[in-house]
Amino acid sequence: MTLIDHLPVLAVIVPLLAAPLCVLIDRARPAWLIALAASWLSFGAAILLLLQVTQSGTISYHLGGWPPPWGIEYRIDLLSAYVLLIVTAIAAVVMVFAWHSVESEIPSERIARFYAALLLAFAGLAGITTTGDAFNVFVFLEISSLASYAIISMGRDRRALNAAFQYLMMGTIGATFILIGIGFLYMMTGTLNMQDLAALLPEVSDTRTVRAGFAFLTVGIGLKLALFPLHLWLPNAYAYAPSTVTAFLAATATKVAVYALLRVLLDVFGVEFSLQAMPLNLILMVLGLVGIVSASLVAVFQDDIKRMLAYSSVAQIGYMVLGIGLANTTGVTAAILHVFNHALMKGALFLALGAIAYRLGTATLRDFAGLGRRMPWTMAAIVIGGLSLIGVPPTAGFISKWYLVLGTLEQGLWPVTLLVLFGSLLALIYVWKLVEAAYFKPAPANAPAVAEAPLSMLIPVWLLVGANVYFGIHTDISVGVASQAATQLMGAGG
Amino acid sequence: MSGTTLLSLILAVPLLAAIGVVLTRANPNLREGVSIGAGVILFALVATLTGNMDWHAPPTLVLAEPVPGLALALTPEPLGVLFALIASFLWPITTIYALGYMRAHHEQNQTRFYTAFAVSIGATMGIALAGNMFTLFVFYEILSVATYPLVTHAGTDKAKQAGRIYLGLLMSTSIGFMLFAMIWTWQLTGTLDFTHGGVFGEEVSEGVLSILLLLYVLGTGKAALMPFHRWLPAAMVAPTPVSALLHAVAVVKAGVFTVLKVSVYIFGTDTIARIAAADWLLVLAGFTILMASLIALRKDNLKARLAYSTISQLSYIVLGAMLGVAAGAIGGGMHIAMHAFGKITLFFCAGAIMVTAHKTKVSELNGIGRRMPWTMGAFAIGSISMIGAPPAAGFISKWYLLMGALDAQQLFAIAVIVISTVLNAAYFMPIVYAAFFKAPDDSDTHADHGEAVLPIRLALIATATLAVLVFFFPGAPLALVQQMVASP
Repeated sequence: MTLIDHLPVLAVIVPLLAAPLCVLIDRARPAWLIALAASWLSFGAAILLLLQVTQSGTISYHLGGWPPPWGIEYRIDLLSAYVLLIVTAIAAVVMVFAWHSVESEIPSERIARFYAALLLAFAGLAGITTTGDAFNVFVFLEISSLASYAIISMGRDRRALNAAFQYLMMGTIGATFILIGIGFLYMMTGTLNMQDLAALLPEVSDTRTVRAGFAFLTVGIGLKLALFPLHLWLPNAYAYAPSTVTAFLAATATKVAVYALLRVLLDVFGVEFSLQAMPLNLILMVLGLVGIVSASLVAVFQDDIKRMLAYSSVAQIGYMVLGIGLANTTGVTAAILHVFNHALMKGALFLALGAIAYRLGTATLRDFAGLGRRMPWTMAAIVIGGLSLIGVPPTAGFISKWYLVLGTLEQGLWPVTLLVLFGSLLALIYVWKLVEAAYFKPAPANAPAVAEAPLSMLIPVWLLVGANVYFGIHTDISVGVASQAATQLMGAGG
Repeated sequence: MSGTTLLSLILAVPLLAAIGVVLTRANPNLREGVSIGAGVILFALVATLTGNMDWHAPPTLVLAEPVPGLALALTPEPLGVLFALIASFLWPITTIYALGYMRAHHEQNQTRFYTAFAVSIGATMGIALAGNMFTLFVFYEILSVATYPLVTHAGTDKAKQAGRIYLGLLMSTSIGFMLFAMIWTWQLTGTLDFTHGGVFGEEVSEGVLSILLLLYVLGTGKAALMPFHRWLPAAMVAPTPVSALLHAVAVVKAGVFTVLKVSVYIFGTDTIARIAAADWLLVLAGFTILMASLIALRKDNLKARLAYSTISQLSYIVLGAMLGVAAGAIGGGMHIAMHAFGKITLFFCAGAIMVTAHKTKVSELNGIGRRMPWTMGAFAIGSISMIGAPPAAGFISKWYLLMGALDAQQLFAIAVIVISTVLNAAYFMPIVYAAFFKAPDDSDTHADHGEAVLPIRLALIATATLAVLVFFFPGAPLALVQQMVASP
């Protein structure tokens, strides 16, 4: 076997092994370099994987050479390759940004351990997307969650501790539910391999145990996903975590949870069971819509911009869940596409906020006054990211909205269409508040002199901003893969 | 030059001008020179495009294609070319006017002003030459955003409040209704291209078509159809050159232009004739015409009166489009051109009075014609054009609108046009009369002024002359508009 054959596991194993290395070295700069190298290596592996999958179909990798269902199978289909690409790309970009930001926000003696934890969180997320084993999903989920609690609690604000604790409580409940769900399924089928599960479940799907397992899994994943009304941990966690962590988690963690939801609902249980036999399509649609409208409304009234964007994330998750709830191929395409596009826009926005926090120390609406002139590049990035968030063409956000609205119209649900567009309007309001403050309010007289952010921050920010525009114009990759993956998922269940 | 090169230049010139304005900010004379020069070049480009146009095989410039079949593309068509000609022609004239106005008024942030102005013109070109509804929508939104700094130029709380109403109404209607209608159209037909005779086939029911038409027309907030007209009076806090070119020509015309395009190229006049919503919208347009005229009668602030007059005049065009006959569409298309010259003249005059005599109210204008004969003479011509009497431009379009109403046998529309003509006379003629024939008030403390400064005078004389000239030579615009309704 050559190295190429081990690609599926490389994307996970590289950051996983790099993490203890950081702890052993325990010096800030080398640790950062290791993290940087690991994330880029992983990103490279993800690109190669996606190419391989699009050319020769699903890859099945047997860990340690043990064939499934006895051994653990790593299974890369289009959907996993796609999500893995997003996660690793964001990690790679965020690591470039991290150096200055982390240096200013975290005491130097803890920086090496911070990177170790960040890498672990990353490895866990990458693991969830690549593994084909249900119990393995749980293990990786716990790895990433535990690491996330740690890095969130390292925020400068003391409230970060409280936020991390809150997240820990909710996250643990979610993980427990997932474990119980997996246990129930194992009880009924005797297997943990997801392909096996998918094959064996239909025979026993009419039992209470399977249904209970289904419910536990859905709620558990919903908690990790911050699906309304299980989102209460998210705003605090995002608001008080260090800037790098917020950007990384906002762009990846919830996306991976959406992936897990798609995988479990549409692949393991199958479309027929999840969205037709069980009334989950309706539940997801309603929760998605309520999430979109209520979280957007709350975002409008936030003063702390990190918090504002955190609520906006809850709303955006609503769009993805709504897409799944529509239960047609266009809707699922929109959901998968929005996973991709939302990672780009929120990544760009949170990184830009990190740059502002780096210069100003905080990022409340008041700090934005006159910032358009003082940090022109950073603010321009926020404007473009914001446009993408609203869904203005020609940005990536427009493309996701387009498919989502098409999905709702295909189902003949025009009131839902109206609500989706109403969500865009609300996004317009909160983004506009930023623009108005930055460009049309003079800086207060006693404002400290502020320079533009350093290049090591601007370049990653603008990479993501550029991606927002690029994928708003060239959609061959983003839409192409998403719609193929959606067709695979919907086809698998009938 | 090939057609596609011309199209890309037409889009690029205003944007390059915007950059040029920023680069030359240290030297105001050079900065305004850039704007005027770009305006002249732009008009020359659009004129060349028109001259070399083969309407049966128009060039298409594809900028991007985010979703297969849904392209950001420019394809000239007669009405759009006419709109582009007017906007690009009036841009340099307005810049000359602005040069006098902004300096006489000691306005701040002039670089931002001219930059946003150039971008707005670029967006207007995009709207005018859009090859499909999607492209039109994109430039429509760019125009809303680009004009925001112009509306809030004064920077006062009142200006900011107005800016919020402005952007809020325009964005919410366009995203809530127009975008919805667009995606729905796409879902039904798989295309948003402007097509002769419309894009809908027989299989789409009339009920759906009615809802779609309502969504499109009400979603076009820039057409200022009641009850979505509030943004236009609010926008009057902007400096007068903005009100003149953007809120009497470019922005509002972009709105009614969209309505015309949708009714001619998305629905087709035949479809409009048979769906019920067209009748409802006809009534709404008629209501807007009369209601806005009545409000205008009661406004003492000159710019506010002009704004309500604009709302009323815009609905003429919507009315023409909703008649569902060729003559109605021709009348609507002509009115885009005809109203432009008259209304920009009136706004120029209002601005001239404001910076020269420091007067903003109608009731203060007694006897002002003796001090400012050129200005008030131009105002009289503009008023005649608004009323639709010969020998001014407004007569031509009203003629076609009436013909359209007769063709469609819409007694309601005829009555509205006749009554509104009387109302127009009632709120414009007293101003002209007072200016020339009433004695100045004794209490006037600001009576020591003369005529407006030269650039202002030049600009308003030019537009007033045009408003008369078009009456005698309506050939070119008429040929373009007739081309629009002719079968390809």
